[in-house]
Amino acid sequence: MGRYILERIIWMILILITAAFVIFTLMYLVPGDPAKSLLGPDASYKVLEIKRHELGIDRPYIVQLGDFLYKTFIRFDLGTSWKFGTPIIEDVAERLPRTLTIGLSALVLSAFLGTVLGIFAAINKGKWQDSTTMVLAMVLISVPDFWVALMFILLFSATLGWLPAYGIGSVAHYIQPIICSSLMGIAINARQGRSAMLETIRAEFIVTARAKGQRENIIVRKHMLPNALMPIITGVAGGLTMTIAGSPIMETVFSIPGIGQYMLVGINSLDAPIVRACVMFFALFTTVVILIMDLCYAFLDPRIKAQYSSRKR
Amino acid sequence: MLNVKSENQLKSSLFVDFLGSLMKSASTKIGVVLLVFIVLACFVGPLLSPYEKNGIDLTNMYAKPSADHLFGCDAMGRDILTRLLYGGQYSLILGLITAVVSSSFSILIGCIAGYFGGMTETLIMRFMDVWSALPAMLLAIMVSAVMGAGFFATIFALTVGGIAAGVRMTRGQVLAERKKEYIEAAESINCSKLSIMFRHLLPNVVQPMIIIATMNIGATIMMAAGLSYIGLGIQPPTPEWGAMLADGKAYIRLYPHMITFPGIAIALTVLAVNLIGDGLRDALDPKLRD
Repeated sequence: MGRYILERIIWMILILITAAFVIFTLMYLVPGDPAKSLLGPDASYKVLEIKRHELGIDRPYIVQLGDFLYKTFIRFDLGTSWKFGTPIIEDVAERLPRTLTIGLSALVLSAFLGTVLGIFAAINKGKWQDSTTMVLAMVLISVPDFWVALMFILLFSATLGWLPAYGIGSVAHYIQPIICSSLMGIAINARQGRSAMLETIRAEFIVTARAKGQRENIIVRKHMLPNALMPIITGVAGGLTMTIAGSPIMETVFSIPGIGQYMLVGINSLDAPIVRACVMFFALFTTVVILIMDLCYAFLDPRIKAQYSSRKR
Repeated sequence: MLNVKSENQLKSSLFVDFLGSLMKSASTKIGVVLLVFIVLACFVGPLLSPYEKNGIDLTNMYAKPSADHLFGCDAMGRDILTRLLYGGQYSLILGLITAVVSSSFSILIGCIAGYFGGMTETLIMRFMDVWSALPAMLLAIMVSAVMGAGFFATIFALTVGGIAAGVRMTRGQVLAERKKEYIEAAESINCSKLSIMFRHLLPNVVQPMIIIATMNIGATIMMAAGLSYIGLGIQPPTPEWGAMLADGKAYIRLYPHMITFPGIAIALTVLAVNLIGDGLRDALDPKLRD
């Protein structure tokens, strides 16, 4: 098992390095002159030259790439923002907790509510509880979450005045973003959970359990759920990365100074170090989620476990 | 002669059977009717509208919905309904092209990976691992930043985002198919690898991919709206739904009609496509049929 984990972690680092290469190259290709956007259109050629040298963007591509990879992976230095001149790591440290608070709370909410709804629909298959849940899930999947967020602001902030519409500061500020970020996940998990449970319903071991007179409650909890767990975990992990990847939009709607919004600030002001740092964090986050998911699989699926323990012997 | 005829009959009855089971569910019917209505409205509606998509009318700034302007007007007095219908053309075409292009690429790459196996497969799949370390939406945001605004840049950005997941899915399908007897039979009579891939494997893995592509149309329309909302993707004054939402956000307290209708338009379109996608899945997957 230890070997499996080690292999996965090494692979994760390789993925991150390759992703860093892709991110660097994409931002290198963004059209526009950062020096010009910093100094304004009136700056003289000489001044622009000096600024470009200062930013290090007059060096050849391969040198810049090497510098970026070296700083990111060996010295864990994300560089300084071209526009603000501040170390990016400080801004990220300030903003990351906000994005993670929303993402992880939405994860808990959507994993729990979604799975419960899915199981509820599956054990009532064909009845009105099932169809109601599935219609609800269908609607939630189809409605854009950032528009629901706007409607929430309209209802709870503008009309009723119960919750603050934007910004941060109190717990109340996070209620709407968390709920809106979790809606899509709830729907996906409910659909995934239902079909995973239904896959097991026809399995022979369920027939056996029923035949020996096992109580329905125990059949669901002890026989069906463990077997349906893997697709459910896949759904939960997918929902989490989607929430985090959607954070630039959600944070724009609620004006939350998080990582997603920081990335857009970087894109709009041609501040490549900011964008690279933010996307690196997103990539790190995604790969860690995938790693955790794989490890869950390995623990849950005796086949993967057996593969590695037999190799050891 | 007789054989040919009966084969044709069999084929058509299979297709009729498929259509029958597709249209059996009420939700698919709703989806089809809704989508036909939306497509007709978006492509015929603008011809009937008395307003221009960018016709500025300063006497009607922020006009609330009325008999003249059913959905009201925006900050420049442009008729929101007319703009929504034009915007729908962009969203529908964009969703369709993106889904077709990205699933064609995923099917091709996935088939190659799944069928050839070995080093080719390892390389492709490792590459896809890297690709999916950057979630679709982020990749789309970065690619739009590189490509700049515009219709085709947006299509490219959204296509790039969707390929990795599709490749995995196709490869899974191919791996399940290639163990079957008909592939073994084709190999034993010395069919070329290309012919096995395209003439034998492809038709059998294409079905599940159609379902995924249909579902992707909905997701793509939503992502395109999201991109425009944050100022990337298709830009104003083009009446894109997400851009219209972004325009209206500033007036959310005073003129909520400016953000209500574009959102409903996105939601109904995505809903229609998703309902059809669900129906296709149920009709094509006999396991789910009861």
